[in-house]
Amino acid sequence: MDVFVMLLVNGLAEGALIFLMAAGLSVILGLMGIVNFSHGTMFLWGGYVSVWMYTKTGSFSLSLLLAMVVGFLMGLIFERFFIRPVYGKVTAQILITLGLMIVFTELVRVLWGPTPLAAVRPPHLAGTWVMGSIIISKYRVFLIVIGIVVALGIHALITRTRIGMIIRAGVQSPEMVQALGIDIRRYFSLVFAGGAALAAVGGALYVPLVGSVWSGMGISNQVLAFIVVVIGGMGSFIGSAVGSIFLGLTGALVAWYFPPAAGVVSVLLMALVLAFRPTGLFGLAVKS
Amino acid sequence: MKPVLKLENISSFIGPFHILQGVSLEVRPGEAVVVLGRNGAGKTTTLRSIMGLVKPAAGVLELEDQSLFGLPSHKIARLGLGYVPEDYGIFNLLSVEENLRLAAWRQDNATKERQEYILQLFPDLKAAYRRLASTLSGGQRQMLSIGRALLNENKVILIDEPSKGLAPIVVEKVCKALLEVKKNTNIILVEQNFNLACAVGDRFYILNDGRTVLDGGIASLAKDRELQKRYLGVVA
Repeated sequence: MDVFVMLLVNGLAEGALIFLMAAGLSVILGLMGIVNFSHGTMFLWGGYVSVWMYTKTGSFSLSLLLAMVVGFLMGLIFERFFIRPVYGKVTAQILITLGLMIVFTELVRVLWGPTPLAAVRPPHLAGTWVMGSIIISKYRVFLIVIGIVVALGIHALITRTRIGMIIRAGVQSPEMVQALGIDIRRYFSLVFAGGAALAAVGGALYVPLVGSVWSGMGISNQVLAFIVVVIGGMGSFIGSAVGSIFLGLTGALVAWYFPPAAGVVSVLLMALVLAFRPTGLFGLAVKS
Repeated sequence: MKPVLKLENISSFIGPFHILQGVSLEVRPGEAVVVLGRNGAGKTTTLRSIMGLVKPAAGVLELEDQSLFGLPSHKIARLGLGYVPEDYGIFNLLSVEENLRLAAWRQDNATKERQEYILQLFPDLKAAYRRLASTLSGGQRQMLSIGRALLNENKVILIDEPSKGLAPIVVEKVCKALLEVKKNTNIILVEQNFNLACAVGDRFYILNDGRTVLDGGIASLAKDRELQKRYLGVVA
């Protein structure tokens, strides 16, 4: 039972991190129809700039803020100069976003070197709580809290604001939103940049958890985010949240109880969902 | 009388296909114009070209002397064109209220009054006001789609096959609503249901193979069986 509780916390913390990356990816795919293979770049850059800022200032909050700003700006620039010319051209999108991923990953190596950098947890979030035989990492609980706060914030944005209404409508039919007199392209930029900022914050939160930042972490985590999008259903915020928690928990439990399957469990889950519900758990059946 | 909306020799492509090869029509103030033609004649593409959802390649497209040519569809809509597409264009993830709120350009008293008017015109929408649009019937979706186009002060409303797939009793309701709408707004109505077209329209245009081939008063078309048979496939 004690182990189960610890695995639960670990799984939820992993789920929270995956969610930060998958939420943006899902909405970008659902609303804009963009297959964005550069999303992991934001996660990567978020990790690097936060480590850089934390080393310079010792402030964890500032390092998160910088990651968010850098992610947002990169998102704006990517959308404006690289994505916008290829709306509706899936092959071109894949090639361009993959190219961006490669170039910006190499750029990280040029700026910070090819060897991984150490990432430390801030002192107030380091350490553990011990309750009998249950040991819980403070940082993992912090990640869960951040995940919940961000999820509630996005939920409020999507359900209670006009921007959210436009996003929900646009996921179904961007063309009809335009025909109602709304310039959806403006919202495309905002959503793309917002998603990028979330992914960058995810990267900044991830590196203290694993203790280092390295140039390959963007692409490996991006694969997980894509799996969540497939499981949850593209364009569905709730799907991203449920899919992330599901994947985080399953990953943690399988890694402990049946380690040989740890590497493939996420892909198996995706295959199962695709077999029985191709649109994902919460995806729209038809995009009109 | 100066037309509110004018199309002259509009030419449009969808991919490599030359769909509109010379569509001309005009809507004069206070008028409901019906666009008729067989399947594939270019009726829907004509409406989509007006809205900028299909970019016309050539021709003249003007709303009260302002050229719409090359403008993005959101700007065209803001100039005063409401669009009710064939598939209703209702957002399933939004409630009826949100569908209406999304369409409103302003939240002023005039908009509130128009919303009240819409809910009086379509009492079904009032009853389903807080429900998700995905739970509405086909007729209710059509009413919501038309209501949404009435929410702003549009100069012309483009309505694509409002009777399609609806039960006769619902078509009757839609017909009554369109007659009511016609009192305040100009309409372009694409319609296969000849009776509905005759009841609502003042003038007609017939399209054939992407071209305007005939126009005139709707009363003359209603009498001309030969014409109906030749262009519309209406059998007496």
